[in-house]
Amino acid sequence: MNPEVEILLIAVVTSVACAMPGVFLVLRRLALVSDAITHAILPGIVVAFFLTGSLTSPLLVVAAAATGVLSVVLIEAVHRTRLVAEDAATGLVFPAFFSLGVVLVTRWAGKVHLDTDSVLLGELAFAPFDRFVVGGADLGPVALWMMSGILLLNLALIVVVSKELKLATLDPALAAVLGFSPVVLHYLLMTAVSVTAVGAFSAAGSILVVALMIAPPAAAYLLVENFRPMLVVSAVLAALGAVGGYGLARWLDVSIAGSMAVVCGLIFAGAFTFGPERGLVSQFRRRSAQRVEFAARLLAVHLLHHEGTEREDVECAVSNLNVHLGWSEPAVGRAVAFIVARGMTVDKGGVLHLTEAGRRFAEDLTAGVAQPGSV
Amino acid sequence: MEIFGDWTLRVVALGAGLLGAVSGFLGSFAVLRRQSLLGDALSHAALPGIALAFLITGSKATVPILVGAAVTGWVGTLVVRLIVQRSRVPYDAALGLVLSVFFGLGLVLLTVIQKRPDAAQAGLETYLFGQAAALLRADVIVMAVVAAVVLLVLMLAWKEMKVLTFDRAYGESMGLPMARLDGLVTALLVVTIVLGLQTVGVVLMSAMIVAPGAAARQWTRRLGSMVTVAAGIGVAAGVSGAVLSSVVPRLPTGPTIVLILSGVVGMSLLMAPERGLVWRRLQLGRLRRRPRQEPVLMHLHALSLQHPDDPEHGHEVSVLRTMNPPDTDVEGALTALAERGLAGADGEGLWAPTELGRREAARTLARLDLEDAR
Repeated sequence: MNPEVEILLIAVVTSVACAMPGVFLVLRRLALVSDAITHAILPGIVVAFFLTGSLTSPLLVVAAAATGVLSVVLIEAVHRTRLVAEDAATGLVFPAFFSLGVVLVTRWAGKVHLDTDSVLLGELAFAPFDRFVVGGADLGPVALWMMSGILLLNLALIVVVSKELKLATLDPALAAVLGFSPVVLHYLLMTAVSVTAVGAFSAAGSILVVALMIAPPAAAYLLVENFRPMLVVSAVLAALGAVGGYGLARWLDVSIAGSMAVVCGLIFAGAFTFGPERGLVSQFRRRSAQRVEFAARLLAVHLLHHEGTEREDVECAVSNLNVHLGWSEPAVGRAVAFIVARGMTVDKGGVLHLTEAGRRFAEDLTAGVAQPGSV
Repeated sequence: MEIFGDWTLRVVALGAGLLGAVSGFLGSFAVLRRQSLLGDALSHAALPGIALAFLITGSKATVPILVGAAVTGWVGTLVVRLIVQRSRVPYDAALGLVLSVFFGLGLVLLTVIQKRPDAAQAGLETYLFGQAAALLRADVIVMAVVAAVVLLVLMLAWKEMKVLTFDRAYGESMGLPMARLDGLVTALLVVTIVLGLQTVGVVLMSAMIVAPGAAARQWTRRLGSMVTVAAGIGVAAGVSGAVLSSVVPRLPTGPTIVLILSGVVGMSLLMAPERGLVWRRLQLGRLRRRPRQEPVLMHLHALSLQHPDDPEHGHEVSVLRTMNPPDTDVEGALTALAERGLAGADGEGLWAPTELGRREAARTLARLDLEDAR
């Protein structure tokens, strides 16, 4: 296989593998656990690397993932003492783990091929150099095999305990009552996050794993309303982020991992701005539609109020409405257009008259408000 | 000591100490207001600013780089607020998103810089983990100014800060400018974090904010002493970390300071009087060993109610013993009650509640009735 295709494949697989546990993290308000775990695995990686001499050995994955889970246990233990709040507990534990890892790396720098930059930042471009060779046959890059394995594990986890995880995620109390231990499910998820973070860090770097875990699910959360679609959309967006990020990195000749994070961020920004139901634009549209509708109601009541009075020709003249109602001219125009288009008023020589439907509409609105006691 | 005669070391230690002091001041409030992780997002969001400032000015001069870092850090906090206000994405996910995406952008910009032919860019990576040894006299002066400003703001707006921290709604109802003060504190936090980037680095600056406050909280229950203790811890950790990393080869400053701080936090969680885990374990043991007096007093009261005409009619200890579970330390409880003047024995060793004891028991009964009624 062409190295470029291999890099792209690794990027896509890594990205999708990160997004799967990410969906649960976002829904369970545990997003920053990914930040904590990706930092806390560092000492585990360093020690295991000293022992095994390889960044892709299964032992390293196990040891480093264990450190990640340990950090979660420690955060919860510190929080349980009730001496510090949960956010502070997180902010205390993972920097300690990470510092320990950095000190270990720098103290033994030169003796091993591992430096803090590569752990923190990752370099996908080097991934194809590490080949998976069985009996002399080259089966492709180790990273691709490893991340595919982790992706399959995550998918298997979701398929097997999806119902339970969903229940524990959306209604933890009910899950506990029904006898599914939330603790076991929680640690299963934390283990999945740790293993994924360890597998992904050499490709993406520890901080960018956070982007891959949070951004696609957060974007999907703004696009769909159900759990299963959210998983699927997250996976699709994650793959898009990987492909887009790789393209951007190739085009500008910059860090692949950084570009992937940026593109994932852009995808989120897109969902945040243009999401069909929840995006900023549709929020704005909905709000202005409501504003026009409300203005049209007021206008209908205004017309009813002056109907048949002497000053009707003045009060209900389109040209005077901006003064009488205190609205801007365009606002008057929008309200008039709305109410005329719905057949509630007719414009006779610049003066508005309610139709039969409009009169009923306005009377309904004022019922119980205008005449006290009429209910 | 000879090492303190070293000019560079003195500058470095002074800088790290000042940083620790300011972090302690502001971090105390961040911890109390549950904003511990805001600093994390903020410091990561500063990275693209550092790179952008270098791309624009083409120099590594401290001031433009810090301005760039402050601008993107501040933009990061605004984006977090926008996401939380305008979508259903929760706060923690918004923080993580901003943190990682801004950092990714910073990384992209750093790789752009690395491709430039001039070698001037060497050293920008030190902002990742901090390099205290690179601190200059001018940097320390900037830090001293910021520390003075922070101290001044805290002294001038002390009671407003207190209200903002513990009961913001109350402060707003009193017409205090809570939103403006919040903005000011966030701005000061941004400046502090940006200053810390040189010494501690992007990745670990958040710990510098959280740890002194969290440790100090264990030793005191007053805000004034908490802020002071936090600043003290910050100074001690900053100075010792900076000195250690300057003296020991290949020991990065940021991680060293953070490890020292983590040690202090761990000690505080274990040892602090009244709150610490060890203290609480001891307290629990003492409570367990103390004979339980209340049931015995209630029994004495019940017995005395049997004798309406002589409420101080005495009863033998054995009577009380039959009223309690076999392993109850009845004698111990009686002695303790006698010490408190709630019960007494006559010359024949017959026990009765005193006037005070009967009133205390009646009060307890009334309280229990109330609880039952509820």
